[in-house]
Amino acid sequence: MTALRRYPVLLALVIGALFMVLPFLVVAVNAVKSPAEYAANGPLSLPEGVHLDGLKDFWERVDYGQKLVNSVLISGSVALGAAVLSVLNAYAIGIGRIRGRTWVLAFFVLANMLPQEALVYPVYYLSKEAGLYDTRLSVIIVFTVIQAAFGTYLLASVLGRFPREIIEAARIDGANKWQVLWRIVVPVSRPTIGVLLVFFFIWTWNEFLLPLVMLISNDNQTVSVALGVLQGQRLMDATMTNAAALLGVLPAVVFFLVFQRTLTRGIAVGAVK
Amino acid sequence: MTVTVERGGRNRGTGVEARHLPAGPRRPRDSYALFLLPGALAFLAVVVVPFLMNTGVSFTDWQGVGSPEWSGLANYRELMDDTQFWASFRHSLFMVVAMAVVPTVLGLVLAAALFDFVGKHFGSRTAAVLRACFYLPQVLPIAVAGVVWSWILAPENGSLNELLEAVGLGSLRQDWLGDPDLALYSVMGVMVWVQLGFPLVIFMAGLQRVDPQLYEAAELDGAGWWRRFWHVTLPQIRPEISVVLLWCTIAALKVFGAVYVLTKGGPGGATDVPSYFSFTTFFEKTQVGYGAAISTVLTVIVLLLALAGLKLQTRAEDAEEGGVR
Repeated sequence: MTALRRYPVLLALVIGALFMVLPFLVVAVNAVKSPAEYAANGPLSLPEGVHLDGLKDFWERVDYGQKLVNSVLISGSVALGAAVLSVLNAYAIGIGRIRGRTWVLAFFVLANMLPQEALVYPVYYLSKEAGLYDTRLSVIIVFTVIQAAFGTYLLASVLGRFPREIIEAARIDGANKWQVLWRIVVPVSRPTIGVLLVFFFIWTWNEFLLPLVMLISNDNQTVSVALGVLQGQRLMDATMTNAAALLGVLPAVVFFLVFQRTLTRGIAVGAVK
Repeated sequence: MTVTVERGGRNRGTGVEARHLPAGPRRPRDSYALFLLPGALAFLAVVVVPFLMNTGVSFTDWQGVGSPEWSGLANYRELMDDTQFWASFRHSLFMVVAMAVVPTVLGLVLAAALFDFVGKHFGSRTAAVLRACFYLPQVLPIAVAGVVWSWILAPENGSLNELLEAVGLGSLRQDWLGDPDLALYSVMGVMVWVQLGFPLVIFMAGLQRVDPQLYEAAELDGAGWWRRFWHVTLPQIRPEISVVLLWCTIAALKVFGAVYVLTKGGPGGATDVPSYFSFTTFFEKTQVGYGAAISTVLTVIVLLLALAGLKLQTRAEDAEEGGVR
């Protein structure tokens, strides 16, 4: 392949990639402009100086720190809870090979694909009955279960290929099933469990419909819900929307940079065995 | 998504087990079911019971308070004549194009170009950086993506309109999300941007599986890049393509957050989709029975697709095992 043909292709790909990240760049550039500057020069000019009042205003107005705490608390609890639940389920299916496991597994896959719209009203109603409505705990419980459906499916297929000899050897040495699970299966499966933890955390962080319905008070809302609701109310001016966009984007970019390898490797694992 | 339905390999496993534990391997095996107990109870409470309740409520007339009144198929009959319902599902088809068809086609070309072109001539590091750029929108919460794009697409002072003005195409300025003829296409464009990274990453992973000798043989036979793409790449990663198409189609049918944030189904219902339609019916009109009927129809479609996908998958696995069964 000659250089003459090589570079246009690379150039096209680079332009495509730039187009993908351009929205992030435009948001970042404008977040440091003052409202007056934005009004005068529009969104395409480079900023004249760094002006962080817009961000600070927005942070205080929506109590963004509290939203971050809520999101971290909910996503973190769900990631841990769903991982534990997935491990227990997958141990029974993948290693215990319980009878009817094909059906059990199919059930988990279908539960994972179920539209949340088919659960949202009863969950809303039942949580009101149980006094859990508008609590972070309610969202944690629901997503622990929903995410565990995917985790069970993925871990069960990984554990299905777990070397039997190791387990048999431990059993002969007198370890019971519980000990085999925590001392052997979990440590050996740590890479897969790590992928699941990252996925669960980010997926829960990004969830919108159920948290939107379940968390109505400001003190309990997650980042996604707070930003989505604000945007939905159409009360923000351009500067405020811009600040909201940047503050919403930043945690996602941080996760992406931190977990990039896990994410891309994990997606491939999850998609095709 | 695939399910590993265990077949031939299992029996071999049982054989090993039987050798080590000759005294009835059946009994102890079933006590593993205890480990499934917490999961089973949790799923019963959070998924099964609410799902059955929702299905039950769809056959009733209920405003969310008092007791539901049995109305048989009345909700479903009403749906058949509801133009808003049909419009929402028609918009779903547009979403399938934007979230499944276009990203899959673009993702295939991009993945092949990045993998065997950029990766080969410019190093895998360059390919990885480009892939990361395409994947970035995937980690963004959909609500945040919505905020970003409604800011960019704003009619006054929005970046897109300003950009058009700056390059002398000011006459193309539009109210991207506020024009009923345009809003659906604008939302579709945003969804392509959101979704593209997913197929790309999966296809690039799939391509690593392909035997490089196949390409070398094709190249020796004088096949150009496009012919190799068509005759080697596509057939080799067919499993990934069907998984991606199925998964993205289901995601497209469920799309909610983007519509809520970008357009709220408007203007004038131009971007209404089933999930948003059921949401407003549940919580704004409080016609819970009717909302449940909408979500039940959506669920049936999604589950049928999922089942068809699983069937396809197991059949593909059987074929791979060389028709042992």
